[in-house]
Amino acid sequence: MSEVFIYDHVRTPRGKGKSDGVLHEITPIQLATQTLERVRDRNKLDTKLLEDIIFGCVVAVGEQGGNITRIAALNAGYDQSVPGVQVNRYCASGLEAVNMAAAKIMAGQADAAIGGGVESMSRVPMGADGGAWALDPDVAFNTHFIMQGISADLLATKYGYTRQDCDAYAAESHRRASHAWKNGYFDRSVIAIKDVIGLDIASRDETIRPETTVDTLSALKPSFAMMGQKAGFNTIAQQVYPLVEKIHHVHHAGNSSGIVDGAAAVLLGNRELGDKLGIKPRARIRSFTSIGSEPTIMLTGPSFAAERALKRAGMSAADIDLWELNEAFSAVVLRFMDAMAVPHDRMNVNGGAIAMGHPLGATGAMILGTLLDEMERRQVSTGLATLCVGAGMGTATIIERI
Amino acid sequence: MTSYFKYSVDSDGISSIVIDQPNSAANVMDQQFIDGFKEAVNKAIGDDAVKGVVISSAKTSFIAGADLKVLEASLYEKKDPEDYFKKCFDFSSFLRKIELSGKTFVAAIDGAALGGGFEIALACHARIVSDKKGIMVGLPEVGVGLLPGGGGTQRYLRMLGVEKSLPLLLQGSQLNAKKALDAGLITQIVTSDDLLKVAKQWILDNPAAKQPWDKEKYQIPGGSSPMQPNIAQFFVGTNAAVQASTQHNLPAPRAILSCIYEGMQLPMDTALRVECKYFVKLNLDPVSGNMIRTIFLNKSEADKLSRRPQNVEKKKHEKIGVIGAGLMGAGVAYVAAQSGIEVFLIDRDLAAAEKGKSYAENKMKRDLEKGRIKEEKIAEILGRIHPTTDYANLSQVSLVVEAVFEDRDVKAEVYKKSAEHMRKDAVMASNTSALPISGLAQTYFNPAQFIGLHFFSPVERMPLVEIIKGQQTSPETLAYAMDFVGQLRKTPILVNDSRGFFTSRFFGAMINEGVTMVSEGVSPALIEQAAKSAGMAIGPLAVSDEVGLDLAHHAGKQAQKDLGPDYKPGSSLAVITTLVEKNERFGRKNGKGFYEYAADGTKAIWPGLHSIWKLKDEAAQPSLSEVKERLLFSQLVDAAKCFAEKVIDHPADGDVGACLGVGFPIYLGGPYSMMDTLGLDHVIQRCDQLAKNFGEDRFGVPDSLRVMAKNKKTFYGPTSVLLTS
Repeated sequence: MSEVFIYDHVRTPRGKGKSDGVLHEITPIQLATQTLERVRDRNKLDTKLLEDIIFGCVVAVGEQGGNITRIAALNAGYDQSVPGVQVNRYCASGLEAVNMAAAKIMAGQADAAIGGGVESMSRVPMGADGGAWALDPDVAFNTHFIMQGISADLLATKYGYTRQDCDAYAAESHRRASHAWKNGYFDRSVIAIKDVIGLDIASRDETIRPETTVDTLSALKPSFAMMGQKAGFNTIAQQVYPLVEKIHHVHHAGNSSGIVDGAAAVLLGNRELGDKLGIKPRARIRSFTSIGSEPTIMLTGPSFAAERALKRAGMSAADIDLWELNEAFSAVVLRFMDAMAVPHDRMNVNGGAIAMGHPLGATGAMILGTLLDEMERRQVSTGLATLCVGAGMGTATIIERI
Repeated sequence: MTSYFKYSVDSDGISSIVIDQPNSAANVMDQQFIDGFKEAVNKAIGDDAVKGVVISSAKTSFIAGADLKVLEASLYEKKDPEDYFKKCFDFSSFLRKIELSGKTFVAAIDGAALGGGFEIALACHARIVSDKKGIMVGLPEVGVGLLPGGGGTQRYLRMLGVEKSLPLLLQGSQLNAKKALDAGLITQIVTSDDLLKVAKQWILDNPAAKQPWDKEKYQIPGGSSPMQPNIAQFFVGTNAAVQASTQHNLPAPRAILSCIYEGMQLPMDTALRVECKYFVKLNLDPVSGNMIRTIFLNKSEADKLSRRPQNVEKKKHEKIGVIGAGLMGAGVAYVAAQSGIEVFLIDRDLAAAEKGKSYAENKMKRDLEKGRIKEEKIAEILGRIHPTTDYANLSQVSLVVEAVFEDRDVKAEVYKKSAEHMRKDAVMASNTSALPISGLAQTYFNPAQFIGLHFFSPVERMPLVEIIKGQQTSPETLAYAMDFVGQLRKTPILVNDSRGFFTSRFFGAMINEGVTMVSEGVSPALIEQAAKSAGMAIGPLAVSDEVGLDLAHHAGKQAQKDLGPDYKPGSSLAVITTLVEKNERFGRKNGKGFYEYAADGTKAIWPGLHSIWKLKDEAAQPSLSEVKERLLFSQLVDAAKCFAEKVIDHPADGDVGACLGVGFPIYLGGPYSMMDTLGLDHVIQRCDQLAKNFGEDRFGVPDSLRVMAKNKKTFYGPTSVLLTS
């Protein structure tokens, strides 16, 4: 089996995923195109060397539809020999794309590839791709489908995380993200996005509010209380979790991941690629995995994924210096830290999606990059990135600096 | 074979098909109906001189729906999915043939058109309905666990769109003509006299009519794609709401949802085929059979007073007495007055009697606000309730309902005072829910004229009356009591005297099991959730709190006093005693029971329970299905005992009583239907295991059940134990 290395990664700033967001006028194909252009240009990459590009994109319909990856590669002027494919592992798509690209290289079936992802949530809204899970009555009944927000509240209730716990975590995410930006921790990786006339339209994440405190969050109303109580989702959740007497609705817009636009790309290759390009590998991918877990509570997957990735790498949790877990909801991270005995000062140290947002298809590649940058800054050796995934899944990747 | 159909063609080329089933009050859809219908329609379609067809009925209803006897027989025949589909789809396809015939079909509706009858009307190009009062149309199949399998779901969908059709189908709504017209289900309302004329004219005005969905560029109103955002949201919400409300127990609403979701994405012909397959699937599911048997067949039988002694002349009660103007007495007075009966409402002082009358007034005021009743009607009903303290009024009545405090001495006093005035042939009925009738009868001057009439609260809403025959109750007394229940338009079940009769002890078995589990350290949340998951409206702990733990405690003491050395305390009594005597937890009334009740109306399990009875670890907690099984099987065993002890003579009484009176899940059809569905061998095997694990007292099955199982007997059907004993 070949070794696979991360040579570089870039990400766009994350713009608020609404019609007044800075990136709303930028098409998703442009987000993907400019990301591919920048990772090529700054590495003076001869794109003929690439044997695949894999991008996560969750709502792959409309202008994100078809196979956005191949079209972005053509649009970015990549050599026509480079194919592209779009994958959907819901929220972990970006990390899954990196893992699949790595797998090709490890299997000796490619020398170099790009993994990454794109999602313009302001232009192609969540749910626009339909799907049988929630809509087809037969499937919704069979799987006890509930909305993800109810799952998050169920998770918080089952493991005893209060509104106060979740808000405190969220406030800290904003503080850390703001601190990281102020100190330039993201400078190396975040690329400016340009508009039609070539001007920088965005160079910073748009949704960070450093002034956030538990107090300022306390005014926000729970997002899923109505849906849970009136539409019947709580009852369905309790059909599966009958020991839960009552679901407490603790999550709201302020302690859940933000809806944003963004894209990211990670350049992967075997050792020879570095020699050809004259660049140094920054990290080795030690192991990766995706798992399935109970779908109604839906969001407990990361610890199971992390455990399996650790096992594959012959490591234990104590061997990991730094952790990134997508901040889908506060309770997801709180539960993971308890389940894996990870201290908060080694988890999401530069904030996460609660502060900066979660562009579904891209986030996995973004947090892997954030993890690597911070490992380098701290001069530590090992890191694990993971995400919870819709329908009860989890994806995790362990990297090690060279 | 006489035809059900009168066929003629007039000079305008309009054919009339009049449905007139011989020797029957209504047109019933049996095989002969279907064959004759096809023959008549084919004749019209094959006749070049015919421009169009008016289908009408010679009866007071259009088509009454399925034939009960055929339906009953079909419950016990083994259905082959392929054959059954062929048979069902043959009819659905024939209706499709009507709408594609190239001739205009009009249904002229002059009476109720429900279910299959309305499906025929929907396949016509127009539905003209007369303005005769009380005509209802609709597709109520969901109520008996089915769906309209003759194109009903697809035609509703294509006429109304997803968001309007689904609620009507999921609720089985029956609409009057005005509402049906507003909804878009019928074409026009005309006077009864003009009905046929307008129907014929419609044909002349619309030659070779096509259904909207057979025209080019047709779109389902509101959109044809379930992925369209508003429709997607509607499906997500409805899928959740139905999962929550049915607790995954009712297959019909789920199948209806699938018919709409899948049907909207298909051309009509394929959609009809898919609908028919879901219809067959529901027919193969025991749930529909159980629902049809209990709430259609057996309830109809009970409503016809089938247990009434035949040779006693029917009596119409004009005036009755109600003694005790509390909640139950006031409720009985209210429903009697609603049914046109004069009521003397007697209590110890006039204020109390007046208060009982105001119960009716308050209920009707609420109906007035909602526009369900008119002022004059209220005055008329209230005018029939006469609050009084004077027992002399009882000389005018044919029946007295006694609803005073559950105390033998108090009741005996009332009987004595009543007897001084009551006519020799009048019935004395006690509404006791706990005290054995035969014992009470001994305190009445003529036990033969004494009977139990157990009403349920709130009387005006609960459809059931449990009639308890005492050892000495005469056939006349029983017959007159049944006549009274019939006048109230309530459903009677007949049971023989026993402590707790049938419904109370049967319901009590489930509560006892739930409360017993608390003492074992089973999570109270799990117990309550299991009851809901089984299909009960409320869990055993919540219902205990509602009834009052102090009352349960008192009833235990009373039973101990009554039975002396024969008294065997229920397995849950220790829990109740501890809560009442040591912790002053009386239930909802003092805000302290299994739950604690907050001022804002919310409640939560009282954590103190776990200091008294240590909660098992999460890993040691039983599964949801184990708890469900204990709750339901405790009731099955009690029902089997009631049958063995002859408290219940007919399983139908037990099933109807269980479902209509004490909230036993309707999808199971009642305890006797459930045992037949599971198979007695399986029931006995599970009970033996449960008896070993949790106690012979609650799960030991009577020997007679083992004998039934050994002889391959069932409670219902061709192998029914009733047919041979």
